[in-house]
Amino acid sequence: MDFHDLGNMATPEAAPVPSAVRSDRRLVVIGNGMAGCRAVEELLAREPGRYRVTIFGAEPHVNYNRIMLSPVLAGEKTFDEIVINDAAWYADHDIELIAGDPVDHIDRAARTVTARSGRTVGYDKLLIATGSDPVIIPVPGHDLPGVITFRDMKDVDHMLVAAGRGGDAVVIGGGLLGLEAAHGLTLRGMKVTVIHLAATLMERQLDEAAGWLLKSALEARGQTVLTGANTAEIVGTDRVEAVRLADGTVIPASLVVMAVGIRPAVALARAAGLAVGRGIQVDDHMVTSDADVLAVGECVEHDGMVYGLVAPLWDMCRALADGLVERHTGYRGSVTSTKLKVAGLDVFSAGDFSGGEGAEDIVLRDAARGIYKRLVVRDDRIVGAVLYGDTADGGWYFDLLKKREDIADIREMLIFGQAYASGGGQTDPKAAVAALSDDAEICGCNGVTKGKVVCSIVDGATSLDAVRSTCKASASCGSCTGLVEQLLSLTLGADYGGERTVKTMCTCTSFGHDDVRREIVAQDMRSIPEVMQKLHWSTPDGCSSCRPALNYYLLCALPGVYVDDQQSRFVNERMHANIQKDGTYSVVPRMWGGLTNPRELRAIADVVDKFNAPMVKVTGGQRLDIFGIKKEDLPAVWADLNAAGMVSGHAYGKSLRTVKTCVGSDWCRFGTQDSTGLGVQIEQMTWGSWMPHKFKIAVSGCPRNCAEATIKDFGVVCVDSGYELHVGGNGGIKVRATDFLCKVATEQEAKDYCAAFTQLYREEARYLERTAPWVERIGLDYIKSRIVDDPAGRQALTERFLFSQQFMQDDPWAARAAGADREQHAPLAAFGPAPGAAPGPAMMENA
Amino acid sequence: MMPADWIDIGAVADIPLRGARTVTIAGGDDIGVFRTGDDRVFALVNRCPHKHGPLSQGIVHGHAVSCPLHNWRISLATGEALGEDKGCVPTVPVEVRDGRVLIPRAATVPATATAPVARAA
Ligand code: SRM
Ligand SMILES: Cc1cc2nc3c(=O)[nH]c(=O)nc-3n(C[C@H](O)[C@H](O)[C@H](O)COP(=O)(O)OP(=O)(O)OC[C@H]3O[C@@H](n4cnc5c(N)ncnc54)[C@H](O)[C@@H]3O)c2cc1C
Ligand code: SF4
Ligand code: FES
Repeated sequence: MDFHDLGNMATPEAAPVPSAVRSDRRLVVIGNGMAGCRAVEELLAREPGRYRVTIFGAEPHVNYNRIMLSPVLAGEKTFDEIVINDAAWYADHDIELIAGDPVDHIDRAARTVTARSGRTVGYDKLLIATGSDPVIIPVPGHDLPGVITFRDMKDVDHMLVAAGRGGDAVVIGGGLLGLEAAHGLTLRGMKVTVIHLAATLMERQLDEAAGWLLKSALEARGQTVLTGANTAEIVGTDRVEAVRLADGTVIPASLVVMAVGIRPAVALARAAGLAVGRGIQVDDHMVTSDADVLAVGECVEHDGMVYGLVAPLWDMCRALADGLVERHTGYRGSVTSTKLKVAGLDVFSAGDFSGGEGAEDIVLRDAARGIYKRLVVRDDRIVGAVLYGDTADGGWYFDLLKKREDIADIREMLIFGQAYASGGGQTDPKAAVAALSDDAEICGCNGVTKGKVVCSIVDGATSLDAVRSTCKASASCGSCTGLVEQLLSLTLGADYGGERTVKTMCTCTSFGHDDVRREIVAQDMRSIPEVMQKLHWSTPDGCSSCRPALNYYLLCALPGVYVDDQQSRFVNERMHANIQKDGTYSVVPRMWGGLTNPRELRAIADVVDKFNAPMVKVTGGQRLDIFGIKKEDLPAVWADLNAAGMVSGHAYGKSLRTVKTCVGSDWCRFGTQDSTGLGVQIEQMTWGSWMPHKFKIAVSGCPRNCAEATIKDFGVVCVDSGYELHVGGNGGIKVRATDFLCKVATEQEAKDYCAAFTQLYREEARYLERTAPWVERIGLDYIKSRIVDDPAGRQALTERFLFSQQFMQDDPWAARAAGADREQHAPLAAFGPAPGAAPGPAMMENA
Repeated sequence: MMPADWIDIGAVADIPLRGARTVTIAGGDDIGVFRTGDDRVFALVNRCPHKHGPLSQGIVHGHAVSCPLHNWRISLATGEALGEDKGCVPTVPVEVRDGRVLIPRAATVPATATAPVARAA
């Protein structure tokens, strides 16, 4: 048949060449979808008459572009507009299409296939292109009418009918398909909730930062997006009525779209005895374990990989057709990229973010324009890219990635995009800034041009802070900080030290602690990813310095609203106990003001016995410390201590530790006031509060000061006429005696001042800064001006403290003892010695 | 490796995002199984090269974990200490299939003093 060889005319869309000669060799294709038809097109483009082709399709349609089902659902396209091969195409190429009749059986010995209608057709070569089946999670109610998937035209028709009736829709799955379904249904007037199991939308393609941006954008469009949400049941009698989540939430729904994933459709191949792994296993020429049976598309597994996107199919189809005409080229696997097809939301992702040795992130965030770009570079080559908000350069990055292009020369400029990086040989960012015109806008937030910035620098604003305060450039979101610094250095030359006077929080950001705290409040930021985005973090998810700090700042700014991020806490705070050098923990229950009683002492003694604690010790903070507890045993230890009325002592926390007291006027011959009672009251007011660093209080009954109140963060020394209040003491590495703040007359005042001082420290100190260095930094006068000289301000601070305490005074031990966060204490799996048997799982724990 | 050589130790979803769980091996070192912010799974012997801190209890950021005891940063991909510090902890091969985490059967047998089964991959 070389007569019909069209040489290199490889475009499948090439003008149809009628097959003058009818071959007697027969190619049967199972699956009239994107890969099956493309394979036939590729073959026709090479040797039109080589085979007589019969295509079986389960769907009652000609071949259409499946990826365009989303625009059809959204009302942007009609079915006719997405048809790839119309009836004329089949006729012109003498292809027999048997649509709406799925193949049920393959007989490899007889070389025949049999369809549901009973029709049997013989083959010389068989091509399986059955695509994928949508995954249906087997929760109760999954088979109710009104629960559908999103795979073919029939599903779209169902959705359109449901949308016509309006009401609530739930989309299960926040991946590409789910979000496109949600988008379409929203445009069709339904109220849509997306339920997603992972913490991040499209978590396979996007990192947390981009996922957060996407979620915010969808919420702004009126969708409800629940991440970390686990579907427990689909509720309904005759048809779907609601979806119930594992946490008990019930969401009404007249339509449920399951878009939780796809699975290669391999049943037919498996029944025919072909080698099947995750997909139908094929070689580089798309040949299965039977030389006369080929397979292509989403149903195959090549080199251990299965694909769920179209780009790999094109490569597979080329290799397949080359093989069929005996000019073997071979398929070598594909690198894929993803784009979300939701109008106005630009999301692109490609390659792999597996970091590892030598991998570096280049991150650009432009909060004002809602842009996030991240490139992962290894050995001077791009290995992954995530773009949000501006995907114009996606194709370019993807091309550099696929070609493994060396980017060393353009590295500095790479993240700014192709135009910038390869434009006019400007490989120096400074040169690019120098080349900007005077009216180019530098600061988008405050509308400041380059000319204005240069003017204020010439007029004497020779530091970043000075520029910020004179012309306001970089004073808001800060995204132009880099540009302003370049202008400083261009304008001042050698005179510009380049050093920012503000010490940055860590290397992930150019902002200092105070900037970050200010901006969190000013911009009403509500989550760590939001702060990282708006303040241009240079890493995707921060580091062990900034994450705990941000978590604290948000917790302090948004009492009762912010949800604590466990993974941003140091181990002691995550485990609610102190880690020891051998990995065990010590447990310190609270003893209010250092007081205890037989019941507590018995409970502690029992715990020591029951859990074989190797040591129990009186601490320097007037309470007992039980040592050597294994993390698995912690919840049980806490349960026993709780039962005796004891709560966490927070000996592990950046929080209130202890309130030390002395015996005071009740017993001591010198005591002037009830120091023990006041200490207990103060501890009951302040316990549980999270702080920038640990915080210690003491109340002494007279100036002999047996409770060492003058080396505490807040100290009270009782005198005949009232209470002397002291602040900023520290007995640790560098001893600092307190400063005297003021004297008050009543217990109530002592407590109010204590609350106000604590809140001021909570709101204004930097994370991991104790009161002693803080007081030295800001000065005692400032503290007096806020606490002593401003009664209204003091009262407001006190009220803010007490308000926040409503949410803090929840014993974390009780929650854990009751089963919360079990996974923190139990191993994922345990392997024990299995005498005489092959080693295997001794215990599987799936919390 | 054939599937039989891999053991299912649990679901990816059972490991907190940017967190870790352990697999205990009677008579051997625990394995720390880490899940990063971009939802990748790594496994290391749960023993810091510095003074044997339990790495699984540290803060996970990027593809690294900061040890809970003295804050050494350890690469999850290679087990090497990052930055100034020098040292290396063995990595354990790990695979994710259909949301399940698998480790080689060999890694679930306690290492003898001379021949650790889990090796830098
Ligand atoms: C248990 C205890 C020692 C004891 O047996 O008495 C103790 C134990 C530790 N102290 Fe302390 N401190 C203890 C009272 C103190 C005191 C005395 C006091 O509170 O009256 C001080 C000096 C007072 C002060 O803080 O100003 C003290 C100053 C420190 C410091 C230095 C703090 C500083 O600002 O300079 C550290 C290091 C740190 O926090 O960074 C520290 C850190 C630690 C840590 C948490 C070290 C660590 O990070 O692992 C120790 C935990 C041991 C463990 O595994 O449980 N510990 N530590 C005391 C617990 C008190 C309690 O009941 O909560
Ligand atoms: C809504 C939607 C949006 C998408 N968006 C994108 C996108 O933006 N980008 C991207 O790259 N990919 C996208 N995809 C994925 C893309 O459509 C698939 O990768 C592609 O269609 C796979 O082609 P295929 O031929 O392997 O499978 P299919 O196109 O599914 O074709 C398989 C065909 O075989 C039929 N069949 C199955 N079993 C039998 C049988 N026993 N007998 C006869 N016929 C049978 C099926 O009915 C089906 O028509 C999207 C998918 C959907 C559903
Ligand atoms: S002084 Fe504190 S930190 Fe130092 S060894 Fe003693 S308990 Fe540990
Ligand atoms: S033991 Fe890990 S840093 Fe010291």
